[in-house]
Parts: sequence; C-alpha cells; structure tokens
Amino acid sequence: MSVAEPLAPVEETVPRRRAGELLRPLLRSPTFLVGSAILAFWVLDAIFWPAIVPQDPQALNVAQTLKPPSPAHWFGTDDLGRDVLSRTLAGASSTLTVAPAATALGLLGGTLLGLVTGYFRGLVDDIIMRAVDSLLAFPLIVIAVLVLAVLGPSVINVILVIAFVFTPIVARTVRSAVLGEREREYVSAAKLLGKSSAAIMFGEILPNITGPLAVEVTIRLGYAIFTSATLSFLSLGIQQPSPDWGLTISLGRAFLQLAPWIVLFPAAALATLIIAVNLVADGLRQAFEE
Amino acid sequence: MSFANVVRRRLILLVFVVFGVSLVTFAISHMIPGDPARMMAGERASNEVVAHMRAVLGLDKPLAVQYLAYLRHLAQGDLGISILTQRPVLDDLVLFFPATIELAVAALLFAILLGVPLGVLSAIAKDRAVDQVTRTLSVTGISTPAFWLGLLLIYLFYGRLGIFPGSGRIDGPPPLHLTGFYTLDAALTGNWPALASALAHLFLPALTLGFVHLGIVTRQIRSAMLEVLQEDYVRTAKASGLSRAQIVLDHALRNALIPSVTMIGLAFGDLLYGAVLTETVFAWPGMGNYVVQSIAALDFPAIMGFTVVASTAYVLVNLAVDLTYMFLDPQIRAVG
Repeated sequence: MSVAEPLAPVEETVPRRRAGELLRPLLRSPTFLVGSAILAFWVLDAIFWPAIVPQDPQALNVAQTLKPPSPAHWFGTDDLGRDVLSRTLAGASSTLTVAPAATALGLLGGTLLGLVTGYFRGLVDDIIMRAVDSLLAFPLIVIAVLVLAVLGPSVINVILVIAFVFTPIVARTVRSAVLGEREREYVSAAKLLGKSSAAIMFGEILPNITGPLAVEVTIRLGYAIFTSATLSFLSLGIQQPSPDWGLTISLGRAFLQLAPWIVLFPAAALATLIIAVNLVADGLRQAFEE
Repeated sequence: MSFANVVRRRLILLVFVVFGVSLVTFAISHMIPGDPARMMAGERASNEVVAHMRAVLGLDKPLAVQYLAYLRHLAQGDLGISILTQRPVLDDLVLFFPATIELAVAALLFAILLGVPLGVLSAIAKDRAVDQVTRTLSVTGISTPAFWLGLLLIYLFYGRLGIFPGSGRIDGPPPLHLTGFYTLDAALTGNWPALASALAHLFLPALTLGFVHLGIVTRQIRSAMLEVLQEDYVRTAKASGLSRAQIVLDHALRNALIPSVTMIGLAFGDLLYGAVLTETVFAWPGMGNYVVQSIAALDFPAIMGFTVVASTAYVLVNLAVDLTYMFLDPQIRAVG
C-alpha cells in the first residue's frame, strides 16, 4: 500500500474494529479465559472421548452395580454396573452436537430475517416483525415440548425445534443492530457506488454487526445446551442407551439417595459446560462494550 | 404512546395470540399418532366401545368442525374435559394454577431480595473482589439448570440432612381453601402448623427456581447502577457533600430500579416456564407438573387448555410490566 493515498478508501470511514483490538481485552479478561479453557476441554472431550475413556461407557457389569467412587471407578458405577466416569466423558458429544447445530440453524434464519427487515424496512419489515412479535408472545418452549411429543423424540427433531425457537429471537437482535448501521455513511457510500442490496447487506452491514452477533451466538449456545438437556431430562430428546447428560440425570433420579454419584457427576459436567459458555459470552460482551 | 394506546394494541395482540396458540396446539395435537379414544377406553376394549368413545369425544367429526367447536367453547371459558383426570380442564387449571404462582412469586421474592443488594454492591465495588465474586455467582445462577440444582438440594437437605421435605406442597391436610395459596390461606386462618409445613415445602423449590433469576436480577441491577452512577446528578450530589450511602440509595438506586422493572417483570414470565422443570423435580403439584403428565398421556384438552392459559398469562404479564414501566418513568409518560 502506498504511503500517501490521494483519497481515503470507503472502508476507512467504517468504524470496523480490527481483530487485534478485540483480542486484547479478551485476553485480559479472566472470565473469558476461564470460560474458553473449560469449553475447549469439553469440545476436545466430545471429539476424542473414545481415546480417553477408561472403560467402554456401555459395558455392563452386573457384579459391580451402584458402587461408590473408588480407585477402580473414580466416579462410581450406575445401576447396570457401567462406569460413570466413562459415561460422563462420553456424554459431552451428544450435547455438543445438538446445541451448536441448533444454534447455527437459528442464527442463519434469524440473521437473514433480521438483515432483510432491518435493511428494507417498509412493508416487508412490518409483516415479518409482526409475525416475529407474535411468535415471541407464544410460550415457545411449551410448543416445542408439544411438537416433540407429537413428532417423537429424535436428535434431528430436537435440533429443528430449538432452531425454530431461536430464529425470531436472533432476528430481533440482528434487526436492531442493522437499524443502527443502515444510516451510516459507509452504507450510503456503497449505495452511491451502485452496489446491490444483497452486496450491501452481506458485504457491508453484516461484517459490522459481528459484535452483537458474536454475543448473541454464545448466549444462544448456552440456552441451546440448557434446552437440549432439559428436553432429554423430560425424555423428549436423545434416547437410551446414549450416555447423554440430561438423559442420565433423568434416569438416575430414582437412585438419588442410594447412589447420588450417578446423577451428580453428569449434572456437574453439564453445569460446567453451560457456565463456561456463559463466561465466554460475558467476556465477549464486555470486550465489545469497551 | 399513551396508556390507552398501549393497552389497546396489546389487547388486540392478545386476541391474535390466543387464536394462534389455539390453532397451533389444535393442529399439533391432532397429528399425534396415538388414539386418545383407544387410550381412554383401554387396551382391551372392543372396537364398538372405542367407536362410541370417539363419538362421545367428538373425534369422529371433520377437523374444522372440531376446531370451531373448540373455539366456541373456549369463548365460553370451557376448555373441555381432561382425558387423564376426567375433570373439566378449567377446574384442573384453577386447582394447579395457585401452586405455580405461589412457587414463582416465592422464587421472584428470593431473587429480588438477594439480587438487588448484590447488584448494588457489585456496581459500587466494580472490578474489585466483591464484584468478581458476585459476577461469577450471577453467571453460575444463569447457567444452572433447575434439575441439577434441585436434585443437589434434595440430596443434601432432604436425603442427607433431613431438614427440608423433598416433594409435595404440604404434609397433612391443606389449610381451608380461600385463595389456593397454601401459605396465604394458612396465615389467614391462623393455621400455624400448616403454614410451617407449607413454607418448609416451598423453600427448596423456590430456592431452585429463584437461583436462576438471582443471576438475572443481579446482573441487571449492576449494569443499571453503573450507568446511573455516571450521571451528572450523581456527580452533583457527590460535590454537594452527600454521604456515599445517601447517594447510592436515594439518588442512584431509585433511578436504576426503573429500567430494571422491565427485566424483572419479563423474568416473571420465564419463571412460569422454569416452573415446569422445578415442579417435575420436586413433584410440586402445579401447572408444569400437570402439563408434563398430560403430554405423556396425550391428553389434548389438558395440553391445549394449559397452552392457551399460559400464553394469555404471558401476554398479560408483559402488558402489566410495560404499564408499570410507563407509570414509573415520567419521561416516557410525558411523551404520550
């Protein structure tokens, strides 16, 4: 790039944050670092659990049922003699498949709706946002539960239902961010240059709302994990014999007083995962606010 | 926008929501693969009995006719007969609704009474140890699934220590029915043993449900306080030599509470949903427990009744919150 530019390029009027500028406050934020570390642990575990589990998470052992934690079974064994540590480690993968997939789908739908309504305004905006407002007035979770009861529990159905619930919420966040951006100079400049609406929406506005989007994504991811575990707990989600945490907690409740380790270890795992995601969200929010 | 305008728009929205919810739940519940007539008549009933049952339930008529009949009844406050309990759905909901409201109010009180002081403390001591601890606590609260905290509390306080009951609303007969809120009814009739039992039963579920909202309230109050503490009038108050406590409580907190009303009010709507899980964990006989059992039994009249009542309550709570907010904030009122 030449030192003396005769005309400032359009991009320079954009208050776009450089990646480094964002990274610095993030790397100084203890909440973000702790959250990322825990999250990284569970993501790695979800991928590589077959290599690290001490025993086969599905292996039954009738001689070793309901055994408390011991050197042989660090987290004890369940009612079928399965190793709770192995099942806890293996249980991350179902949650970490369903939640990110649902979040990504909801994000895609919500971003499209939010961009289109916020950018075009007018009648399209009125119609879609009225629909979104009415959707938000619905007890969506109740409807989600009802839909799953009808469609039958399956991983795909859980993903679709959560994504559907998220779409209007994301749409509203994106729309309000777009409303703030569309009046800025860089958008008028792009219009003057004759760029198409699609190019402006996706090429100009979208990169400038990554801040609120990133925060929204992490918050939604936390809710998705929460919701998928809840649905499993209500036996509307992932089915047996998966070592899924929500499912294990639901089935293990019967043994709560007799063998609390069956429930408490997967429950603690689930809690640390959700806390980690929310810590990351908190760190991101603070970094973008600064 | 004026009060009347807001109320009018919301009431129109309410009509749409109730209509939409009834349509959606009706459509969904009629896609269910199971046959409710067969379920009611029993596995071994003859085909004639099942056919008769289907006619009694009106399930043999075209769907549109069934839906119109449902809407007509709905307009008269008739939500149908529950297949599971064999009682009018409205009666069931009237029976279970106070239990849920009692739980949600107790949870909200817990969240506010603890969350407001914590949020203020956290804002005054921004970035210091107190703030870090409070923020971690609120993130933990927001992240805690009700069933995990609930099960942990049941295990500890009921199983190990035996100081709190782990399920139900009361031991022994409930107090004389006045409002349906056991704590209130017991207090009004001076039935102290019942009051003690009702409070003991309420404690763990309210703590479980309230903990999530403790995080939300704390975070909201903290950020509202931080904003208010930057304002000119706070600086003026400082300069005029008022004590720190006076500034924080009289000037800052009062103004920080206004925007928080919306957040906390909306949280009340969520509390009603959160109650579904908490009630399941604690076998609390409320609406959440009722709907979970209804779904398991494919009891459509009950499911639809619950959905319609819950969404109406949700819209009304939101309306009440908005009106309170307009009432509290003179700036918004003046614009109208």
